Amino acid sequence: MNPILISVICVTGIGVLCAVILVIASKVMSVKTDERLPEIREILPGANCGACGFAGCDGYAAALIEGNVRTNLCTPGGDATALRLSEKLGLAYEDVVEKVAFVRCGGDSRAALDMVEYQGIETCAAAALLHGGQKLCPSACLGFGDCARACPYGAIRVEDGLARVIPARCTGCGLCVSACPKGIIATMPDEVRVAVACSSHQKGAAVRRACAAGCIACRRCEKECPEGAIRMENELAVIDYDKCTGCGRCVEVCPTRCIHAGDFRGASKRRSRA
Amino acid sequence: MIDYRGLVVILVGAVFVNNYVLQRFLGICPFLGVSKQLSSATGMSLAVIFVMMLSTAVTWPIQTYLLERFGIGYLQTIVFILVIAALVQLVEIALKKYVPALYRALGIYLPLITTNCAVLGVTISNIDAGYGFLQSIINALGSGLGFFLAMVLFSGVRSRMEEADPPEAFAGLPLTLTAAAIVSLAFFGFTGVIENLFG
Repeated sequence: MNPILISVICVTGIGVLCAVILVIASKVMSVKTDERLPEIREILPGANCGACGFAGCDGYAAALIEGNVRTNLCTPGGDATALRLSEKLGLAYEDVVEKVAFVRCGGDSRAALDMVEYQGIETCAAAALLHGGQKLCPSACLGFGDCARACPYGAIRVEDGLARVIPARCTGCGLCVSACPKGIIATMPDEVRVAVACSSHQKGAAVRRACAAGCIACRRCEKECPEGAIRMENELAVIDYDKCTGCGRCVEVCPTRCIHAGDFRGASKRRSRA
Repeated sequence: MIDYRGLVVILVGAVFVNNYVLQRFLGICPFLGVSKQLSSATGMSLAVIFVMMLSTAVTWPIQTYLLERFGIGYLQTIVFILVIAALVQLVEIALKKYVPALYRALGIYLPLITTNCAVLGVTISNIDAGYGFLQSIINALGSGLGFFLAMVLFSGVRSRMEEADPPEAFAGLPLTLTAAAIVSLAFFGFTGVIENLFG
């Protein structure tokens, strides 16, 4: 037989065989992708912040389609996103527990003493590399504003060497939480009325030496709280927000005034109310 | 009777002495492209090991029972490329359906190595060396492991180089290639190991 014919038949045959197998395989083993996935992905803000507990917005969208996931987990999206998700998926609408960031330090340049005079690069990340920063207190706000630069909403301002969150602008996305090298910024439910502005786990005497506005773990608030919502954990007052009614008794009795009271409702709540 | 000693010689030889990346300079593209991070380097290497063994298992019978029988061994290259490409596609479809976790882990690396020259190189050199089926599989395994070794070693070298501050003209690819050459030089030290150990 003609050698050219043989080779052509051989290669064509193998090619056709491979093609047929691939076509059959792609039909038999096709994976159905839900057509709702891109639509749901469209509703989500796309910040991929992970506040919902899933790996980005895609992960949350996939989990929503699979079911058994609540629609109110997206904090940056707030009530508006939750409402649209509920309508899309035909699930019951639940109010989003909006979060708001809070700087757990009250040590401004007057209250918290410096350990050394820092003259390096003016970022918290750089200062924190050098013995944990220039402050005497190991959990103090360094005041160079890494958090303020990380905030896309301009919700953090540094005043008197201390970062402060402006709740009205905060969406609770948590970018500042990861930007802070000292780890003293936390997100909390924005319904709370009181918060402890200190993160120091040092003993009372050491806190006293370093800062006039720190929690010295005197237990006054723990004893006075009518709901029993405050406990001392590692020399620091911790408020259980499930029990707290926001009466403000702890704010009155705190000798160093490190428990702050106020309206912490964030931007997403105000936006959806308006 | 299986010649275990011969298989060990083939395995060790494929990993160290005839290392595909550092001695034969095949598969340089992924070696330079995907070796920046250890995690992606291991992902790529695992995919390469898998595909090398699989494609050897398919191409060896095709060569022996089809091409040689009809006397058209010269079609080896084109037929092998065809079969390997289709095979990888098939594996990808099957993984997506039945083992989605592995599919996500191998991710983009699986289609990337479809037409990798190291894979084709292993299948063809199996034939050229006159290996039997078992020997070919062992050679493919060893070549894959050698690729894995080279990738892991080089990703370590590169992570050190990330922190270095070279002259501007050297930064990037020139320095990477120089480093690859030095790592390759180290592997030349294995030349003759087989003769002295097993000879």
